[in-house]
Order: sequence, then structure tokens, then C-alpha cells
Amino acid sequence: MTQTNRLSSGGRVNRAKTVKFTFDGKTYEGFEGDTLSSALLANNVHLVGRSFKYHRPRGVLTAGSEEPNAIVQLGEGNRTEPNCRTPMVELYDGLKATAQNCWPSVNFDIGGINNKLSRFFPAGFYYKTFMWPKGMWEKYEHVIRASAGMGNAPSENDPDTYATKHVHCDVLVAGGGVSGLAAALTAGRTGARVILAEEHAEFGGQLLSDADATIDGKPAMEWVEATLAELRSMEEVTILPRTTVTAYYDHNFLSALERVTDHLGHGNGGDLPRQRFWQIRAKQVVLAQGAIERPMLFGDNDRPGVMLASAVRTYINRFGVLPGKNVVVFTNNDSAYATAIDAHKAGAKVTIVDIRENPAGAWVEKAKALSIQIHTNMAVIGTTGYRKVTGVDIMPLTADGKGVTGQSQRIDADIVAMSSGWNPMISLFSQGRGKLRYDEKLTSFVPDHCQWANISVGAGNGEFTLEGCLSQGLAAGSKAAQDAGFGDGVVPPTPAAPEDAQGDMRILWYIPSDRPLGRGRKHFHEFQNDSTVADIHLAEREGFVSVEHLKRYTTTGMGTDQGKTSNVNAIAIMSQIRDVKIPMVGTTTFRPPYTPLTFGAAAGHAVGELFLQKRKTAMHPTHEEMGAVYEDVGDWKRPRYFPKDGEDMHAAVQRECKQVRETVGMMDASTLGKIDIQGPDAAEFLNMIYTNAWLKLGVGKARYGLMCNEHGMVFDDGVTTRLGENHFHMTTTTGGAGRVANWLEEWLQTEWPEMKVYCTSVTEQWAVSSLNGPKSRELLAELTDIDLDPENFKFMEMREGHVAGVPARVYRISFTGEIAYEINVPHRYGKHVWDALIEAGKKYDLVLYGTESMHVLRAEKGFIIAGQDTDGSVTPMDLDMSWIVGKNKPDFLGRRSFARSDTSRPGRKQLVGILTEDPNVVLPEGAHVVETVKDRPPMDMLGHISSSYMSPNVGRSIAMGLIKDGFNRKGQTLSVPLMDGSVHKVTITDPIFFDKEGERTRG
Amino acid sequence: MIMKKYSIFSLLRNSMSYHENWQKNWRSPDPKSEYDVIIVGGGGHGLATAYYLAKECGITNVAVIEKGWIGGGNTGRNTTIVRSNYLWDESAAIYEHAMKLWEGLSQELNYNVMFSQRGLLHLAHNVHDLQEIGRRGNAIHFNGIDSEFLTPAQVKEMVPLINLNCRYPVLGALLQRRGGNARHDAVAWGYARAADAMGVDIIQNCEVTGFNIENGVVKGVETTRGSIKGKKVGVVTAGHSGVMAEMAGFRLPIESFPLQAMVSEPLKPCINTVIMSGAVHVYISQSDKGELVVGAGSDNFVSYSQRGSFDMIDHIISPMVELFPFTSRLRMMRQWGGIVDVTIDRSPIVSKTPVENLYFNCGWGTGGFKCTPGSGHVFAHSLANGEMHPIAQPFSMNRFNTGALIDEGAAAAVAH
Ligand SMILES: Cc1cc2nc3c(=O)[nH]c(=O)nc-3n(C[C@H](O)[C@H](O)[C@H](O)COP(=O)(O)OP(=O)(O)OC[C@H]3O[C@@H](n4cnc5c(N)ncnc54)[C@H](O)[C@@H]3O)c2cc1C
Repeated sequence: MTQTNRLSSGGRVNRAKTVKFTFDGKTYEGFEGDTLSSALLANNVHLVGRSFKYHRPRGVLTAGSEEPNAIVQLGEGNRTEPNCRTPMVELYDGLKATAQNCWPSVNFDIGGINNKLSRFFPAGFYYKTFMWPKGMWEKYEHVIRASAGMGNAPSENDPDTYATKHVHCDVLVAGGGVSGLAAALTAGRTGARVILAEEHAEFGGQLLSDADATIDGKPAMEWVEATLAELRSMEEVTILPRTTVTAYYDHNFLSALERVTDHLGHGNGGDLPRQRFWQIRAKQVVLAQGAIERPMLFGDNDRPGVMLASAVRTYINRFGVLPGKNVVVFTNNDSAYATAIDAHKAGAKVTIVDIRENPAGAWVEKAKALSIQIHTNMAVIGTTGYRKVTGVDIMPLTADGKGVTGQSQRIDADIVAMSSGWNPMISLFSQGRGKLRYDEKLTSFVPDHCQWANISVGAGNGEFTLEGCLSQGLAAGSKAAQDAGFGDGVVPPTPAAPEDAQGDMRILWYIPSDRPLGRGRKHFHEFQNDSTVADIHLAEREGFVSVEHLKRYTTTGMGTDQGKTSNVNAIAIMSQIRDVKIPMVGTTTFRPPYTPLTFGAAAGHAVGELFLQKRKTAMHPTHEEMGAVYEDVGDWKRPRYFPKDGEDMHAAVQRECKQVRETVGMMDASTLGKIDIQGPDAAEFLNMIYTNAWLKLGVGKARYGLMCNEHGMVFDDGVTTRLGENHFHMTTTTGGAGRVANWLEEWLQTEWPEMKVYCTSVTEQWAVSSLNGPKSRELLAELTDIDLDPENFKFMEMREGHVAGVPARVYRISFTGEIAYEINVPHRYGKHVWDALIEAGKKYDLVLYGTESMHVLRAEKGFIIAGQDTDGSVTPMDLDMSWIVGKNKPDFLGRRSFARSDTSRPGRKQLVGILTEDPNVVLPEGAHVVETVKDRPPMDMLGHISSSYMSPNVGRSIAMGLIKDGFNRKGQTLSVPLMDGSVHKVTITDPIFFDKEGERTRG
Repeated sequence: MIMKKYSIFSLLRNSMSYHENWQKNWRSPDPKSEYDVIIVGGGGHGLATAYYLAKECGITNVAVIEKGWIGGGNTGRNTTIVRSNYLWDESAAIYEHAMKLWEGLSQELNYNVMFSQRGLLHLAHNVHDLQEIGRRGNAIHFNGIDSEFLTPAQVKEMVPLINLNCRYPVLGALLQRRGGNARHDAVAWGYARAADAMGVDIIQNCEVTGFNIENGVVKGVETTRGSIKGKKVGVVTAGHSGVMAEMAGFRLPIESFPLQAMVSEPLKPCINTVIMSGAVHVYISQSDKGELVVGAGSDNFVSYSQRGSFDMIDHIISPMVELFPFTSRLRMMRQWGGIVDVTIDRSPIVSKTPVENLYFNCGWGTGGFKCTPGSGHVFAHSLANGEMHPIAQPFSMNRFNTGALIDEGAAAAVAH
């Protein structure tokens, strides 16, 4: 028989639509509108999971996102999802769920042995053992890890898509219960932009679980429907069901997770994203998240079937499910009487166990009128059953409530509905740095004040009457709107919502039992992580008194529910042990997110191809045709080499390098950073930024510069050209472009705001074809109207004109030591010019080359690459480039530091050439140079190889490196031991290996 | 008080008495009027300093003064990565010193700090990364510290769920097998318990509000629980070091930034090593509880609030999903922040100061947890001898005058 616990009528489920699902391999039926929890309970399935540490059987505790126990693995294969809270999983056809943290099955779990051994595993036991024999921890750890953890991560890629959305609004209402709806209504009526977010599929909050509530004389849900209808008609109101406000950051920046299509079932979302992540900047926030019921801390209060009283009521009224036939309501307050009455009406045999001595008032009378048996001044001291609760033992309490006395009696029970009061959900408020206040009457923390613009209302604000919630909501909505600049702040009258008043509660944080604490029975306050009241005592005993220590030592509040049902109880127990008031114990800091947040949703569209744009130059399509092999440099895809018929990198690079120096080569240099610098102080600015002199540079002339940081260490380099009196074109390294742009701005904005200088990144505006080699002039001459006569267009100059028919700036600068021209054209002409040069270059034997050959060619010349031959610890002097440091300049970045004793000391690491004894050996970059090779490390190192290549033009391997006292070591023979044990002899040399006089460049 | 030893037997024995006879891990003494050494800051580094002072230097008249609860600063907030594969000789020396102490720490403290040498990978995603790990790997190796290079295939073998062909394909990795992680709280607690047993007073909920300095010599501290005399004072206050220096009348080249981290919900084991990627901007490991522990970069603004912007967290989520696509359907359970003390060269300051007998140990920034034992050890010896321990000498604050910086950040661009 299916759905044995389903009531014959009632609930908000659609009985016309049966939905099939499986749990742990067994097929069940539920109805549309069910959650996985309600459907399991309808089928009388109570055992749904095993706890973290003791592997104790656990069932559904709650009806909301605070669920610590009923946590399952949903779906299979690439859509499997661990740790899903069953009350938050809407049922769909074909849903597959499996129990977690158990093997071989939830019914028979080998790990259950932990429960038998639980006396050996108190809180923190692992700190006291597993230390011997030394070095064994990783072995123990292996076992511990396997038994810890909860669900399984998928091992395949997620097939679903996610969206993110950034919005501004005037009023964000978090929570769509009665107070949130009321707030949204009055705010919406002013025309303000309102976002109303509700975690559940349906709006109404507690009213959904309350069959009797009325507003204005009509069933309360009618008011909910009418309010929603009015909100829907408002253009500026966005209504978001299934949307949890997950976090509250500074300046009213909040995030929310909308579960867009999860409820349709895996793969049924069509074109819609699975989830949408909202990032919301709200002028005003109304927090209306309601309250969460507290469990009672009695012996063995964790058995499947022990539930929060309010949850039982929700399952009855909202889902038409009576989770059991024998319901024991165990309470310290009147709110649980509603559950008792509803369960009774639904046909259960109900017994109330009330710890209060003389509960009185309307609720008690109502229960009595229904002949519900009430045991007063009684405690549930323990439960029976293992996989499911079968009964409770109750005993009279002593006068001070600290113990029990007299006879115990057993009551059959398949459901224990417990309530020890309510905790307003203050997580978001607290995340937003709101300060809390302990309310003695409510025995819970409530919002006090906060620096951001928000208003807490309803149960989340400690207001538990329907009328009170309505009135707070209505007022907050108009106030928030008014503060955001909408409406006049007038509050409509609160509709009548009469209820029977509730009496006082009796606070016994710990329910005593017939045995001393910690002996035999377990009083869980934290279900998921198996933390008991005895553990709190142990923590205190061992000195873990601060709440944060308590939390960390006992793992209270560290589960997937982040302590929603456990925190206040734990704090209260600690306060009792320490005999201080609860606020003295304090609360732990609430950390985002409110409920766990799907990573995929936060990543949104920024995954796969869209993770991070691949930057490509204008010439990229031609590179593709030419079969380029690429290298990632920063975000750029740069051709590394252009292999011909099966060449490997080495062969291609040797060919490319040789040919550049023989005929002409062309490289795509578009990725170099380019910054346009203008303003009357531009020259002075460069004079400060670079180490060399810039004031007298003529218009149309280019100069190479080094940039140092404040410590005098080189951090970027490049050629900058004066385009006009107040106008410069700066180039930077490819990888350093962004860093340099920020650097310039930082100095301009923070240190030299008086300078009139404007920097604009123009990296992507210019496409650059770099021609290098003896024939480059002849080739370029074919396509340009610029006078290339070396007398008129000298090395380190720039000319404007046309190349291949399009306007161009041609810079005569060289990174290869050859005659070279960098042809800059607007991006859109880049491919055209590149292609034209290839075409015209055929008769000159033009070779295309990539970054790898560029590296070899520059190394042959001893030119550095900032970031490869420098590492943030190298001065210009260390590079033997004192010539570039302006001796007469009054100031520039890094100047002061050159005078520091360590920076100016002799014997620093200096850049030198390094030649291997065997010319065929190419040392690995990163290898280290030593004076004396020892049998084994450690060895004293002199420095490392920063660049190392086989050079076809020098005819041997060449290398550069930073070596201690390198300049004085030229000619010395040293050793390079490699990690494989081999050793190579090397000679320290000058780093210029080719055309030492530099005649080719200027030719 | 005699510290009762923890062992499997004591656990069994105490189980028989329902765990009612465990003793306090540390006392809660009232401050004495005078100590030989006052340590300000009850983080891992401060507690370790106190421990080694008592254990190795015979100085037990020591107080650790903590404004909140011990381990509540960065010690209890970090992502617990432990490694010693630093580039520069000076760094390698101090971090390897720490690594060797880690390797026997649980036994030494009789407290399981769960030091897990599960290996730590630095991924290389481009030629520049390969050059960086190439250089560092060699430097480490020839400093006598373990280091290995892995091919992408070997990376895949160690980390089956990684996406080698991500936006910046994995080209190789540097592995330190002895690297891994540890249980951060246990480190603070273990040191505290062992120090307390030797007579060190651990004074919580007591904030140092000023220093008593006479003629350039420190004489003690002012606290929220009155003034306490101290012959020597060691300040180990991480993110608040700048504030402390100001109290003592000098400035430190330190900026304090929020640094954030997050954990996923607990999962069955799926990542068995620590993985760090500079180019994709994420580092990740899995705790023994099963949570994926993921770290972010520091926020772009200075702050003393122990929380950060969402921005930073947001910026590590898509990189994580890119490198580990299996995480897409998993969920973030908690995010938090700490305040890290960042020096100009991203190396620590373990140093004397312009005030005589006042020592500072700070600037560990985003990566000091791993050095907790080493830092405490050399700092204790320095305090005891009045001369900086040789391993600590390069980390003198004088280096900012001489320029002898130890710039791990610029050279290796890896901070943790
Ligand atoms: C998110 C994050 C991730 C990190 N990840 C890593 C990692 O993976 N690996 C790694 O090696 N490192 C990591 N770190 C860095 C590491 O946490 C720190 O470097 C290290 O823990 C510092 O230890 P500490 O004892 O010096 O400081 P803390 O633990 O911060 O202790 C300083 C103590 O001083 C106290 N204090 C401050 N002012 C006063 C006062 N006036 N009076 C009394 N007491 C005071 C504070 O309350 C605090 O308890 C990370 C840090 C963060 C925030």
C-alpha cells in the first residue's frame, strides 16, 4: 500500500497528479506539490540518513532549510547532487534519491558500529589519539576521511547552465511570509522597485501550515492570495519564489539564489538556467525570515520520528500527511498545542507532555476539550526504538527542573513532536553586522541595531502574533519605501487577525533524565555532527569555554545547516554550566551563506569558453591558416612557432631564427602593452617613472626605458616614443600591461595628483607587425610611402605614413638586433597589412616567427625579458645597465633605494652570460649554478639560469643567469648540478653572444 | 599542574568514567604582576613562542596575553596549507625549520595536530609558470628540501578530477610530498596545553592597550586587566601589528588586508592533495571532515574587519569550477575572512625593534600558519638570548632600511 500516512483530504498538494520517485532503490508515490520529505513521510519512510560521526539512524526533523538530518544524495551520474535537504527538494516524476553516509544501506549500516563505540568518541577524541606510532597519522586519516564526509561529489561535468544577475532595487524583502508580504505590499504601492524573495515554492510562510488562521474574517490564505495578486499587478515589483537570500554584505549588498528549474526535475529545464544567482544592491532591506523552532534536549532525542512540533503541523496541514499514528507532543510552550490539536483532528492518538507545572489558557483548554491527555510537569527522559522511535519514557520533574523523580511510564509513540520555543532567524541581520540583543522573555536573540538600512519584522524580529506580524510588515514596507524616496510613509490599518493568546513557557534547556548526563542516553543539541549536551560539558571541563572554542571543539554549528537548530541551545547549556547569563556566553559570528550556495550558480556564465576571454590579435585568423602553435601569455594566445611539415618546436625555432638573420622575419607584436600618455606634464611624468632621462627626447624619437619599483627593482621595460610635445606612446611587456597601467594611475592619483597627465590603454587599438632582418627595409619599401632611407629614418625613430594603403605609424626599433620596423596600424587593418606583408615578403624569403624564436633572438643579443631575467630583486645595475640610470635626475622611482646599503653592495646577483662546456647542452631554465658540487644537497648556490636556448646563429647553446658577484666572475668555470644528478661545467661570460658591436641594428 | 598524557589508553580509561575526569587544557589564571617574558597575542605563533621558551629555554615565567580567545585570529581562520618549498634561501631555511618541527609535533605536544603530509602541488599553466617552478624546484632541491616535477599525466593521476585542459592548460606541476595541511585549532590548543603545563599563564579576554616604555626600554604592558610588568615583551599580533607598533611609538612597513576563504559542504574524499594554481587563481584541499577548503586572494583594500567583500569570493568560484568542473553542483557552506599583515616583500618580520627588549614577530601575511612551529621556535630563542636566532636574522625589520628584501611575492607570485 502506498502513502499510508496520507490524509484523505486536505493539504496543498495536487492529488490529481501522482508523482513516482525512488528512495534508496525503492519506488514510491507522492503528489505534485510534495517535497521529498512530505512524500517520504506519506509513505511512512522515516529513516532517511545516518549521522556524521556515530552513524545513527536519522529521519526528518524539520520542514525547512534548517534540516540537519534528512540529507540525501539526489540524482545520478553527471547530475548527482550530494547533501540535499529533503524538505527543500520539491518532488518531481522520476526523482531518485539515496541515503548518504551509510554502507551498505541506510537500514543496515556497518558504520553503525560507531554508535556502539560512541563512548570512546566524545567531542575532540581525535586530538587525543591516533598519534602513535609516529608517522601513522596519514593511515588513520585515510580511514577517518572515508567514514567522515557526507554525500558523494559528482565525477562528471555538470551538464546544466546557470545565470547570474546584478540588480539594484529600492526595497528588498527577504522572506515571503505574512510580514514580508505585508512589507512588499506597502512598499510596492508607492511605486518603489521592490524585490520579494521567498525560499519556498509558495508564499505565506507559517500560514501555509495553519488551517485556522484568519485575516479580516476570512481564511488567512485568501489574504495571501489577494496580496500576491496585487503585487503581481505592480510593474516595479519582482516576485521571486524558490529564492533564498543567501548573504548580507556591507552597504546593503545582498545575494540570493533562485532555484529556477530544479523543481521540474533533472534535465527538464529547457532553455532556462538551473539556478540563477542574484547580486542585489538594495537601498533598503526588510528582513522577514521568520523563526525556527528549537528542539528539546532530552535523552535520545534523535531517533527517526522525533520532529519539531511545527514541522509535524506543516506536514499535516500543508501536505496532508500525518507522519505517525501515535503522536507525543513534548513542549514547554503553547505553540505546540496547535500541533497536538491538528494531529488529533487528523486522526492521531495524541498525548501532550508539558514540562510546565500548570499550563493554562485557551490553548490548553482547547486541547482538553478534545480530550487530549496532558502530562504536566513531566519530562521525556528517553526514547525507545532504533531505526524508528517506538515510545517515550516520561517522568515527573523535580521542583527546580534539574532532575526527575518518581515513577517513569512509557507511552507508545511513533512521532515525538517537540518544541522548546522559537529562535528568530537573525543570520542575515547578523551577517550584515547587525548587533543582537538577548530577549529574556522569548529566551532568544533578536535584532537590535545595525549600521545598514534595514528593518526586521515579524517572527524574525521576535513578534509571534499574526496581527503583530501584519502590522510590523505594513509599517516597515512604507517606511523602507519612504526612506528610499517613495511614498509618504502612511501605513494602512492592520487587518484584524484574532488568535488565542499564548501563555508563558518554562525554560529547561536540558531535560534531565533518570541517569546522569552522558551515561547511556544521548541528548543531542546538534544532530548532524552528533554533538551532545555531555560534549558541551566536556568542552567546558577541558577549558573550551568561549563559544568559538565550544563550536570548534564540539563541531556544533559546523554542519550543512550551520547550527540553525542548535546554536541557541548550545549557548544556553554553556551558560548554565558556567552559571552566567546567556548574553555573557555570546554568539558565534554568523557567516554567509545563509544556506549553502551552489558554486555553479555563483560562477554563472563564467565557465568553460566564457570563463575568461581568450585575447586574440587582429592577425589571428592568418595565424590559424599558417598552423601556428600558441602559447598563453597573460590572457593572450600568442603564436609560439610556426611549424612546417612535421617540424617539432626545436626544428621550427632553429629554422625561424636563422632565417630572420639571413633574410627577414615577421612577428605579431600586437600584444605588447601600449599606453597613450598625454598632457603638459607627460615628459616630467615619464622622467619620474623611468630611470633614464626623458625631458629632452625629440618629437618622433623613441627611447628604451626601465621601470623600477620603490625598492629600485626592475619591474617592467619597453620603448616609449614621443609623438608630440605633450604626447607619448609607451609600450610595456605583454604580461605587464595591466600592471603598468595600474602603476601609472596609482602614482598619478595618489602621489602626484598635481601632474596634468592622462593615460589611456591602447593595447587593443593597434595591431603591430614587426619586421626584422637584413631585408626588412627592402620588404617594407614595397608597401609604404614612408622614406626609409637610413639617413632620414634612423634607428629609434618613428614615422607616420601609409603601409599597404592604410595609415600607419612605423617605429624603427628592434628586439632582435637586426634592422627592424614595428608597423602599427589601427586594429581593423591589422590582418590586411600582415597579409600584404606576407604576400610581398615571398620574394624576400620572409619567415614568420613566434615568441620562442623571439626569445632566442633577443638572448643572442643579451636583451633581457623583464619577469624572466628579472624577478623583482634585480636593479638596473645588477643587469649591467647603469647607463640607463639618470645620474643627474633629481628624482625617479627607485632612486632613493639605490643608495641603500644592501642595494648598492658589491657582490649582488648580477646578470651574466653562461656557456656550457659542451656546446650541445641546453641547460634547463631554473637550474642553479654552484661553485662546489657536493655529493648531495644542500649545496651553496650562486644563482640560477634565467634564459637558456640552442642558438643557431651563435652555433651553440647560450644562457643567461643571475649569479652572485657575476660581473667579477666572468671567465670563471663553475658547475651546474641538475636534479637528476648530472653536472655540467659552465663558463661565465658577457651576455651578448651575437653582433657585440650592434652594427646590424643601425644598418 | 601535571599534564596528564593523552593516549589511546587514557581515552579508554576516561571512557569508563564517562569522560568526567579529563582535566582542563589550560588554566585561566589572573595575570601576575610581573613576568620574565610577556607574549602579546595568543595565536599559534605566540603560543608556540611561549611553549619553546618554557621547553627549550627554561623560561617558564611567561604570560601569553590574548584579547579574545586563543587561536581566534588568523590561526583559526586559515586554509592550513603547510609547505617549505620557498624560493629564497632565507625563506627555505625558516619554513623548512618549521617543517621539521611539524614532522614530530603531535608527539612533542602530545596533541594530535593532524599534520597530514598528503603532498602539495603548484600547477604551471604557461611557460612563465614552468620557468618559475623550474627555478624554485631546483632551488629547493639544492637546499636539501624535497621537490619533484610532475607531468600533466602525473598530475591527473594524483588528482583525477582535475580538468587539465582548462582555460590555461596544465603544463606541469611542482610537488612537495612533505607538504600538506594540519588542523589549525589543534595547533593553537596543543601548544597552549603544553605551555600551560610548564607554567605559562595563558590569559584570555585581556587586551593589550599600551606599552610601558622608560628611556627607550620596555617595562611591561597596559591591559584591560591592569598593567603587567615584563622584562621582555614579544608582540605576535598578526593583522594588528601595525596598531601595536604605533602604541610602541614606531611604524612598521605593514598593511593589513582582509583575506578570505570558504568551505563546501562535507563530501566523501575526492581531493587527496593540496592544489595551488596561480594562473587560474585558486587553491584547494579537502579537510578531514570532507569540506573542500578554498582560498581567495586578499581584498584590494586595507581593513581591520574580519570579513571581506563578496567580490573576492566570487572571483575564486569560477576558477575553481574551471579547474575542477565537478564542483559546479557542490555548494559553498561558509565563507569567512581574517586580517593579514602584509609586508612590502611579503616576508615576515621577526625582529628587535627601536624599543629595547621589545620584539616583534609579524608580517606573516597570507602564509604564516605553516611556519607556526618554526617561527615560535626561533622567536623563543631570540627572546631568551637577547640576540636574534640565525634563521631569524634575515627577517629583521632593518632590511627595509638596507634593502635586503626577501621578495617571495615578486619572485614566485605565490603567497600561501
Ligand atoms: C583566510 C586565510 C587563509 C590563510 N591560509 C593560510 C595557509 O593556507 N597557510 C598558511 O601557512 N597560512 C595561511 N594564512 C596565514 C596564517 O593564518 C597566519 O599567517 C598565521 O596564522 C598567523 O598566526 P599568528 O599567531 O601570528 O596570528 P593570529 O593567529 O592572528 O594571532 C594573533 C593574535 O593576537 C591577538 N591580538 C591582537 N591584538 C591584540 C592586543 N592588543 N592584545 C592582545 N592580543 C591581541 C589576536 O586576537 C590574535 O588572536 C591564512 C590566513 C587567512 C586569513
